[in-house]
Amino acid sequence: MGDVGILPLDVVGWLVQFWIALGVAGLFLQRKPQFINNVIFPLSAMVSLLLAVAGMWALASSPNIMVLPLGLPDLPFHLRLDQLSAFFLILLGGASLGISIFSAGYFKTMAGGTLGLLCLEYHLFLVGMALVLLANDAYMFMVAWETMALSSYFLVTTDHSVPDIRKAGYLYLLIAHVGAISILLSFGVMQAGLGIGAYTFDAMRAGHLTQFWSSAAFLLALFGFGAKAGVLPMHVWLPEAHPAAPSPVSALMSGIMLKTAIYGILRVTFDLLGTQLWWWGVLALALGLITAVFGVMFAAVQGDMKRLLAYSSIENIGLLLVGIGLTIIFHVYGKNTLAALALTATLYHSLNHAMFKSLLFIGTGSILHATGERNMGRLGGLIHRMPWAAVLMLIGVLAIAGLPPLNGFVSEWLLLQAFLLSPGLPNNYINMLVPVAAAVIALAAALAAYVMVKFYGVIFLGQPREKALEHAHDAGTWERIGMGWLALACVVLGLAPVFVVHQLDMVTQMVLGTHLGNAATDWVFLAPVDTERASYSPLYFLLAVLGVWLLTSIAVRRLYHGRLRRSPPWDCGFPAQTPRMQDTAEGFGNPIRRIFEPFFQIEREVPSPFDTHPRYHGQSDDRLWYILYLPIKHITEKLASLAGLLQHGRIHLYLTYTFVTLIVLLVFV
Amino acid sequence: MSLNLELIFAILFQLAQLLLVVLAAPLLTGWVNQCQAWLQNRSGAGVLQPYRVLRKLLNKDAVIAYNASPLFRVTPYIVFGCMWLAAAIIPIIAMDLPFSQAADVIALVGVFALARVFIALAAMDIGTSFGTLGARREMLVSFLAEPALLMVLFTASMISHSTQLPNIVDTLAHHQFVLYPSLAFAALAFVIVLLAENARIPVDNPSTHLELTMIHEAMILEYSARHLALIEWASSLKLFAYIALGIALFCPYGIAEVGNWAGLPLAIIWLLMKLLLAGASLAVLETVTAKMRIFRAPEFLGTAFLLAVLGLLIHFLLGV
Repeated sequence: MGDVGILPLDVVGWLVQFWIALGVAGLFLQRKPQFINNVIFPLSAMVSLLLAVAGMWALASSPNIMVLPLGLPDLPFHLRLDQLSAFFLILLGGASLGISIFSAGYFKTMAGGTLGLLCLEYHLFLVGMALVLLANDAYMFMVAWETMALSSYFLVTTDHSVPDIRKAGYLYLLIAHVGAISILLSFGVMQAGLGIGAYTFDAMRAGHLTQFWSSAAFLLALFGFGAKAGVLPMHVWLPEAHPAAPSPVSALMSGIMLKTAIYGILRVTFDLLGTQLWWWGVLALALGLITAVFGVMFAAVQGDMKRLLAYSSIENIGLLLVGIGLTIIFHVYGKNTLAALALTATLYHSLNHAMFKSLLFIGTGSILHATGERNMGRLGGLIHRMPWAAVLMLIGVLAIAGLPPLNGFVSEWLLLQAFLLSPGLPNNYINMLVPVAAAVIALAAALAAYVMVKFYGVIFLGQPREKALEHAHDAGTWERIGMGWLALACVVLGLAPVFVVHQLDMVTQMVLGTHLGNAATDWVFLAPVDTERASYSPLYFLLAVLGVWLLTSIAVRRLYHGRLRRSPPWDCGFPAQTPRMQDTAEGFGNPIRRIFEPFFQIEREVPSPFDTHPRYHGQSDDRLWYILYLPIKHITEKLASLAGLLQHGRIHLYLTYTFVTLIVLLVFV
Repeated sequence: MSLNLELIFAILFQLAQLLLVVLAAPLLTGWVNQCQAWLQNRSGAGVLQPYRVLRKLLNKDAVIAYNASPLFRVTPYIVFGCMWLAAAIIPIIAMDLPFSQAADVIALVGVFALARVFIALAAMDIGTSFGTLGARREMLVSFLAEPALLMVLFTASMISHSTQLPNIVDTLAHHQFVLYPSLAFAALAFVIVLLAENARIPVDNPSTHLELTMIHEAMILEYSARHLALIEWASSLKLFAYIALGIALFCPYGIAEVGNWAGLPLAIIWLLMKLLLAGASLAVLETVTAKMRIFRAPEFLGTAFLLAVLGLLIHFLLGV
């Protein structure tokens, strides 16, 4: 019965076509922005939901393949839906469901023309990401990858009248293409010697590379995908592009697009390259650690809420890379259960990050709508004006800070378990690296809590720092539903880890050939290896905290009283305090800036005591920009001006060049 | 049937420990304060003073600021619940603790973090400079203390091949070494973390209300009556949990094994003696050291972090 039935890949194909249709419809219905907002975006969210469901279905079935009659002559497009693709499709569907619903409310103030164009780009972006996950040949992959990069570039530059946004978009486009070239070269290395027809992933899987060439392919892929993901030192575009883009777009980019790069690394390393080398893992681990600490350190000193979240994404990508590095190391040394554990932690964290980061980014969109302000130093006290957004974002903040019983804690727990189980690797140097790496991960996780307290506290708590905030309005209905879905996902992923790990088993089975299972017979206890070793039950945890909470509040109120009075806060005997005297974002991040001072390029303008109009200005920049990027820029400019010497705009000169070249070639060849 | 009976006993025991820690925790705080008073040549208020304070606070009317949000009012309950839970999953008398299955040492660190994040957020809720100052300093102290604590716990987990507290304590109580070198480093780190996380001298001073030095007290400045009572009680529970954790990791002798009900009375006596000694040592430690500047605290805690990592490295390299 199953043989002639519909395959998951067919369904996914239809859904992707429907997305394209929705995008095109948006372009043609420019005159009816109401329709785009109230019909197209919700329909798009439905497609996301169905896509996630199809992904769940594909996870449980065997890989489907399909050859499309599209593409160049003799170069048709190949599609493949296996467990790894299916998992990332679920991630794409689940996160974009919330974001698309949110978009229905978010873009309602936008003019029709821009909205129609945006609708097309938005859906092409989604389609591009879906096709990246489905592609089964290098050609299709690069086409999808470029669709994704270009459509997101146009989305980032939606407000292209602002020069800073154009600049941010250019930086993004540049780095995306440097990365794309590297990925293309990586595919080139993998298909080298296999003939012109070997551009399919199947041929690459079958090919055998020497250690040198497979390492070259891995390094190129790591560089290329790393540029997309924001791995150091290719991270510079993230903190520029994310604040520039409209909030739902930032959410799509940070929540989902960065994960396609993680998908790419996993696909190339474990699927296309048959064997791995141990030092790849060490390299990924080291890069991941540096990226994680760097990201969180910079997040702590940011004053712009979206830049802060962008740096936090860099941190999370670092953690994911650490997980990939551990997986490679364990896999190479034949520790299959551990490799499965590390990979499960990586995939779990990808899913978690997609949910809470999307939630926080769209949340900043609601704040931006309500206040028109991205600078945290001008916000404050929004919990009173925007209770819905405040509660939903609190869930996201607690989840990203890695606190039990929410989802961020589960993946952190799994990753730390992988570290704890690691002794006994045959390589002593790696054995020494592992505890240090665990320590760095713990440090990054603790700093993430610092960052999130700052983020939530400065924006939502305290007193409004500006008069205008009195008129801030709460998120609209669509926005609430969108955020609510993502918050729900954070809670469910946190409370039902056993179920999620069981689903992930199918992915690890496909990628590594082993799976984790659950040692506990219970569905409540997560025990990845052995109940004697470690177990965790978020459900009991939540019940216990809630139980104790109820018990105490009833006891305290019943046995004593519930009397409550309100009064002004304690002003330390200095009644002339204003809300502007509260800690700003810069103030809250100052300890981190002081401790990690050597890592920042700090510019500070401090007023003298005699200034009649005192002005303070502080900025902490990225040293890497000055060490690495500016020299590259200068060299490029020099080379360009040298090349300019050849050019005079006269035709006979160019003809002479051609002639000389021809002669030289004839002489030498 | 017998299995069920065992489970029922274990659950009863868990409930008994829940009750015991919540009632006994203020006593430990009272004992530490009393010891300090003696060391400072004062007669002191007696070991029962924390209970009197709690009763007084509970009877008062709660006063909160006009602009306090629900988060501010919920936080004391959450913090209290977290600390109570933390104290309840650490094996202090015996190892039958069914709930410790649900939360291992990493989750224990998570519980502490959850409480800390909530109290820091509540401190920022009113929007006075004191609250934010306290929240900022608390997070500063904790971002180094938390990984250090995690590394200490990792060392113990590595030795016992488990992150479940009862299993760790079981292994350490029957170990073949008198003293693990890795645990010696871990113990040093743990003491520093204990001082920092419980707002003790030299990182913070629990009895000060001077703005330059406050951390924990600055955060809870706006709390009064029952809210303050719960937070004070939670602080006692936290101190109790940390000391109990220290005892469980570094000095677990005399603890009753699983199912050994006859050994309980002796185990309780052992525990009492250890707690008395630990409380007195804490008082001595606080009396002989001076409070340090806030920006010296990261160096102090960095030392703890490095010591803990060193302990873990020693375990990795030497296997002990």
